[in-house]
Amino acid sequence: MANLPGGKPQDRQSGLRYPTNGKTIYHRPLNRTKTAELSQASFAYLFSEMVSYAQRRVTGIQDLEKRLNTQGHPLGLKLLDLLLIREPPRSQLRPLNIIALLHLIKINLWTHLFGRQADRLEKSSNPDTPDEYMIVDNEPLVNAYISVPREMSQLNCAAYVAGIIEGVCDGAGFPARVTAHSVGGKEEGEMWPGKTVFLVKFEGEVLERESLIVGKG
Amino acid sequence: MLSTRIKLELFGCLAAELKRTFSYRQPEKRPDGRDDDEIAKMTVFALIIINKAGGLIYNKTFHEGGLNKINTNDLLVLAGTFHGVHAITARLNPLKTSGDRTSTASASGMLSRPEPPTGLEVLESENFRLQCFTTMTGVKFLLFTDTTQANVDVTIRRIYDLYADYVMKNPFYQLEMPVRCDMFDRKLLSYVREINNR
Repeated sequence: MANLPGGKPQDRQSGLRYPTNGKTIYHRPLNRTKTAELSQASFAYLFSEMVSYAQRRVTGIQDLEKRLNTQGHPLGLKLLDLLLIREPPRSQLRPLNIIALLHLIKINLWTHLFGRQADRLEKSSNPDTPDEYMIVDNEPLVNAYISVPREMSQLNCAAYVAGIIEGVCDGAGFPARVTAHSVGGKEEGEMWPGKTVFLVKFEGEVLERESLIVGKG
Repeated sequence: MLSTRIKLELFGCLAAELKRTFSYRQPEKRPDGRDDDEIAKMTVFALIIINKAGGLIYNKTFHEGGLNKINTNDLLVLAGTFHGVHAITARLNPLKTSGDRTSTASASGMLSRPEPPTGLEVLESENFRLQCFTTMTGVKFLLFTDTTQANVDVTIRRIYDLYADYVMKNPFYQLEMPVRCDMFDRKLLSYVREINNR
């Protein structure tokens, strides 16, 4: 034990050492290039294989979307922790209400994953479904090169991103079901053919708690 | 080794096929006094993609009136015939001499593979020009353009780029099967429209 390199006496007393500027390895991306970007082509090939893999032995389109969702879920759980630790120390709290959570997803998560913010955030205008929120992305990066065949027209491969969002919501203590829906071509003309809406449907207890918080505040 | 007779037959076959398919429409005078010849300047007429087995996997006509319409069966025959002729012309092509190869080897310090024989590249008729581009994996892109069209190899390279992006990166595309990708169609159309309107 005494021969271990770097085992100075003061290290043993203080335990974990922090660099003086407070930046740990979690604050920096592993990719040390200037822009910290990855090749979109290699991601496209990887994602294409992920979809093909998920497509094996599925019973239907819903099953396929569920598989993609499951692939994204653990990523969301981990990203929540990572994104919060990279926030400045004052705002390192996890989001406490729905709006703060959705803003974290729209701004921080999207910027981290795709290099830009999501295009829009909406609350369902239907009074019967107050638990539904929508995150709109005009051209999801994961679908950049994907054309879904006509016989599978309900499928949207951004179900993977929906899984990531679901992971973030679950991790933050807001259990939700998130699904991806294509809406391009129907409304607003052909401007954004790949337009996708991520429908976030929170569980009942989340809304219950939310109403209590708002009532007190 | 194919006999000369069969080769000649194949060439004859291709020529007849092309003649039948793309016999040019007589230019008609239009009300505004311009004739079709003027409009046909600088145009990309059609694109055909042939897989490495000689099957037709994609065809698209961009400019109505440039070429005569033919049915799908004839297109399939054209694709197969062209594939056969291309294979034979590639064998006709002599390989680069070995003396050439050693000089490059001594220059770069390592043995370099000789260029693969390319085979038929351009086929020109009075009214259109057919350019063929073969990828490393043996997929052929045939582009029918106007005879005056410049920079066809740049255009065809760009189309290959689009194919690599929107067909090969699509998880629902099965290799060697007909290309049915909306995204590829859309990007290709907008790219060719840009050229044709220049």
